[in-house]
Amino acid sequence: MKSLLLKHNRNISAAAGSTVKIVSILISPMDWQGQKLAEHLMQLLLVCFAVVAFITGYVLGSFQTMMLIYAAGVVLTSLLVVPNWPFFNRHSLNWLDPSEADKHPKPHPAISGPKKKTAKK
Amino acid sequence: MHSFGYRANAMLTFSITILALMCAMASVSDNFNSPSPTSEVQVLNINWFQKKPDGDDEVSLTLNISANLESLFTWNTKQVFVFLAAEYQTPKNALNQVSLWDGIIPSKEHAKYWIHTTNKYRFIDQGSNLRGKNFNLTLHWHVMPKTGKMFADKIVMTGFRLPQAYR
Repeated sequence: MKSLLLKHNRNISAAAGSTVKIVSILISPMDWQGQKLAEHLMQLLLVCFAVVAFITGYVLGSFQTMMLIYAAGVVLTSLLVVPNWPFFNRHSLNWLDPSEADKHPKPHPAISGPKKKTAKK
Repeated sequence: MHSFGYRANAMLTFSITILALMCAMASVSDNFNSPSPTSEVQVLNINWFQKKPDGDDEVSLTLNISANLESLFTWNTKQVFVFLAAEYQTPKNALNQVSLWDGIIPSKEHAKYWIHTTNKYRFIDQGSNLRGKNFNLTLHWHVMPKTGKMFADKIVMTGFRLPQAYR
């Protein structure tokens, strides 16, 4: 009975793990190098597919061929660039450690009220 | 590129911009096509030629229209709209154009045309000027592209004449 329950719990956590993975691929933020890669990849892939599509369509004399090749290119590029794949997150951002941050307090902005004659401390 | 929504939006915008550019290039490529269409029309018979009760002349013709419009078609052509117009001059109007027949050619395979028909639309004059009239039969066509600007051209065939008396 206990072993059955344990197995059940492990299955649930495994499922939860993969759901977390899918969700993280969709909505977690991308690091800076990844963003640069994503942008360049998108531009390069779309332009290449457009060029190939146009030349193929023109040579074959078929407008539909051009549209189909380009549509396939758009779908492929979207799958590659829009979700937050792991290879976009290889250079993760190193935020400052909290204990380190405490040693260097944030400078307070000067309390700027109307310039009245206030006695300086 | 920092979030899913941003990347999806950038993807969509960029891909549509490039699509617009491709369509513009396809339209420009049409200018490299120099078409050489041919056409021939024969008036086989004047079926009847009468003056209507309201005073206008009307003619019914049987025509034999043959045309080869294959060279008009490019990869960017959706269809060709072709019509035959009778053109003549009267004291009242410098140019009268009456459309006698039209058709749509959907593809290059159908572009070698041969048709034997009476006029699809009535040949009615504004007035009573058609007796003994010399007229031209002009084949006009409009090339409708898949993307881009539509352009039109024509072939003028001269030498047709209506009889002097009503029949």
